[in-house]
Amino acid sequence: MSPKVRLATMWFSGCSGCHMSFLDLDERLLDLAELAEVVYSPIVDPKEIPEGIDVALVEGAVNTTEQLHLLKEMRRKARILVAFGDCAITGNVASMRNPIPREEVIREVYGDDDPPGLKDGEVPALLPKALPLQAYVKVDYYIPGCPPDADRIWKFLATLIKEGRPRLEGEEIRFG
Amino acid sequence: MIALKIDGKEIQARPGQTILEVAREHGIRIPTLCYLEGLSPRGSCRMCLVEVANWRGKLVPACATEVQEGMEIVTQSERLRRVRRLVLEMLFVERNHICAFCVASGHCELQDLAVELGMDHVTLPYRYPGLSMDLTHEDYGLDHNRCVLCGRCVRACSEVEGAFTWGFQGRGIETMVAPALGAPWGASDTCTSCGKCVQACPTGALFEKGASTASQVKRPEILEEVTERRPRVP
Repeated sequence: MSPKVRLATMWFSGCSGCHMSFLDLDERLLDLAELAEVVYSPIVDPKEIPEGIDVALVEGAVNTTEQLHLLKEMRRKARILVAFGDCAITGNVASMRNPIPREEVIREVYGDDDPPGLKDGEVPALLPKALPLQAYVKVDYYIPGCPPDADRIWKFLATLIKEGRPRLEGEEIRFG
Repeated sequence: MIALKIDGKEIQARPGQTILEVAREHGIRIPTLCYLEGLSPRGSCRMCLVEVANWRGKLVPACATEVQEGMEIVTQSERLRRVRRLVLEMLFVERNHICAFCVASGHCELQDLAVELGMDHVTLPYRYPGLSMDLTHEDYGLDHNRCVLCGRCVRACSEVEGAFTWGFQGRGIETMVAPALGAPWGASDTCTSCGKCVQACPTGALFEKGASTASQVKRPEILEEVTERRPRVP
C-alpha cells in the first residue's frame, strides 16, 4: 500500500465552522484515516508545522501578523495549499471590519490606554485588513461555502487523494 | 423576417427583437444581471456580452442590441468566459458582498452567477468600501454594501410604478442609488411603498424588513406580470 497522504489543517480568523464541517464527514473519517494521516491541525497535538506536508486545508481570513507568518511557513512546507471555506477565499465575516480603521476597531473593543494588538507583543498585531489567503500566497484549490458541507469536503479530498486534480462545480462552489 | 446565426444555428427573428430575446426564444442561455423582463434594457452590467463574429468579433450587450440581417453571434467562447468572469469579479470586489451575512443568500442573482460561471474565488483585490444602509422606510431597507448598480429598482420605480422615487446620485465608482433629492427613503413624498423595487432587486441591496433570509425570496417576474398588457418600450 502506498504511504498515507500527510494532511494538515489550519484555523485562522474563522469561526471553526469549516473544521466542524470536516468532522461532519462522520464515518467517512474512517475512510480518510485509511488514506491520510493528520500531521498538523487544531485537533491533533503537534505545535510546530512539520516538513513535507502533502495537503494543507486553511480555514479563515489572514487577520494578524502571526497568522501571516504561519501561512507563509505552511506555504513553504505544503505541496498543495487549499483555501478552506469562504473566510479563506473572500475574507467573509472576518472582513466586515475592513471598512473601519484598524486602530478604531481595537480601541472600541479594548479601550483607550495601550490596547493589545496595535503592535506585536503578548498578542500579535492586527493587520490593517483581514484578507483572503490569495492576497499573500499562491493557493492551489478553493473549497467555497460557509461552511462547505461535508459532501463537498469529502468529494474534494477523496478525488484529490485518489485521482488528483479535484474539481468542484455547480452548487458545490456556492458562496455562503 | 431577419435571418441570422447564433452559435452556428440558423435563426429567423422579427425586426426590433434584441439578441437576448431571440436567444431566449431558442433556448440559448445568456447570463444577465441588469436586464429584467418588463423593464427597458440598459446594457450596463455587461454580463450578457456576446461576440458578433462577422463584426470582427465585436462584443455587444445582447439585451440592448437589436438583431440585424446576417449577424453571426457567438454566445459561448473562451474569450467570453474570460470577459464575463472579469465583469463578475469586478462586481464582487467593488462593494461588500458577504454572502454568509446577507439576507439574499441562497436566492441572489449575483451569487447564482458565480455558480453559473464557475467562480470559486476572486483574483482581483477587494475594495472593502465603508458604505451605509438606509433603514428609514417602514417596510423596506436599503443596504449599499450589496448594491451592484444594475438600476432595476430605478427602472421599476419610474417605468412601472411611475413614482420616480429612485435615481442615481454621484458618478463612477461613487455612484449610489438614492431616493429623490437624496433624502432618507422613509421621508420620501413620492414613494408609494409598492415594493416593486425590492422585488426587482437581484441581490440583498433592497430587502423586506423583518423577513428572515429563508423567506426573503424575491419575485422579479412580477414586473413582467404587471406590464403584460402594456405596449412594450420600443
